Amino acid sequence: MWNWDYAWSILPDLIAALKTTFWATFGGFIFAAIGGLMLALLGRSPIWIIRAINRLIIEFIRSTPLLVQLFFLYFYILPTMFPTAPTALVSGIIGLGLHYSTYMSEVYRSGIDAVPKGQWEAAKALNFPRSKTWTSIILPQALPPTLPVMGNYLIVIFKETPLLSAITLVEVLTTAKNAISVSYRPFEAYTLVGVIFLIISYMFSLLVRMMEIRLNREQSASSGTDSPSKPQSGGKARLNKEVKQQA
Amino acid sequence: MMDVPWNDFFPLLWEGLKVTVEVAVLSALAAMVLSLVIGLCRVSKFKTVRIISQICAEVFRGLPLLVLLFWVYFALPFLGIEFDKVTSAVVAIGLNYGAFGSEIVRSAILAVPNGQSEAARALNFSPLQRMIYIILPQAALRMLPPFGNLMIELIKGTSLIYFITLSDLTYQALILRNNFLNMTPYIFLLLLLIYFVLSSFVSVTVRLLERKLAAGRL
Repeated sequence: MWNWDYAWSILPDLIAALKTTFWATFGGFIFAAIGGLMLALLGRSPIWIIRAINRLIIEFIRSTPLLVQLFFLYFYILPTMFPTAPTALVSGIIGLGLHYSTYMSEVYRSGIDAVPKGQWEAAKALNFPRSKTWTSIILPQALPPTLPVMGNYLIVIFKETPLLSAITLVEVLTTAKNAISVSYRPFEAYTLVGVIFLIISYMFSLLVRMMEIRLNREQSASSGTDSPSKPQSGGKARLNKEVKQQA
Repeated sequence: MMDVPWNDFFPLLWEGLKVTVEVAVLSALAAMVLSLVIGLCRVSKFKTVRIISQICAEVFRGLPLLVLLFWVYFALPFLGIEFDKVTSAVVAIGLNYGAFGSEIVRSAILAVPNGQSEAARALNFSPLQRMIYIILPQAALRMLPPFGNLMIELIKGTSLIYFITLSDLTYQALILRNNFLNMTPYIFLLLLLIYFVLSSFVSVTVRLLERKLAAGRL
């Protein structure tokens, strides 16, 4: 039933196609990380109209399927926006990035909310301008605790890349499909694809877990010297909860 | 504004909506049952049960839904197990989201204060009674918001059944797009809007349910 010779013969092609998958994953992740930060900052804008529009966009993108968004981007929005239509890979990166930036913005938001209010007041008392308050006081404290959650989103984005086969990107799943269209043996090919995804996402998740443990240790060490009351523990507990829900 | 042939759109999209809702409801039921079963196994007092259920959850969570769907639909027949399209979709979506849901169930059960379990033991409740009458009702309240999010993700996930040529909303919209190529933006916007309404329906229902369940509790 399971033909090892055939499995070995397609394995090199599948592994080679992982390169495209990784490009899409990391490209989408970086896009989402930057876009998410912008959305999170817009969500803190003093103008309520901006906050409301920001909220609406986030809700809309979050509650509609990535697949449909990819089709919309690839077939209509990007070709009409740019004189030369972007490639499938670029479209995929934009699609993944846009979709997950709305998730990332929530992560940033919880990180920013976890910064104690006294930090804002101190910045104001020291006459820091608004931009400087963000870049040198709030963000350096808000971002590090969000790293494990971001790591989890890297895994989530990695697992979404097979969708890009719908917009003709030749990644691992498309490569498997192509192999099947010659051999008519889906069993080996799809099992291999599944195993590849499992192994890689499991390795990623071990890395994230290590990062989380290290971060917790660092934080408990620093808060031990600071004050016994641990002002940031509430925010961290909330972040950890989010990690568990979305992992 | 161009005149958009809405009357040509709606019958096809309505057919698609029926398939999407059917698959979503069935796989939501499957996912909830599975997450309860796996979640309960993960807090079992037997180590083997805990380990096996954890491995199950990790595997079905670590696989991309689309790969799982293809595996169930195209590869499983080679092992002599053949499902029709709807069953394959329900099995794949149910397993994937059930694995995510088991994590919600597990953490909600663990979050119920230990004193509750001790009090039930002091009142001579059997382990089964303790779970059904004391732990689960309190855990259910905690599970509700994350389960609402999971159900929205599940609705979004049903768009993938287009890949195994089930004629759901996404599939019908792509057929429409082939027939009316210059109407592409309207078709996709309408499609996104329908999914948005479906998701909003779930989130509003969850919010109402939460209020109802929370009544009379601290």
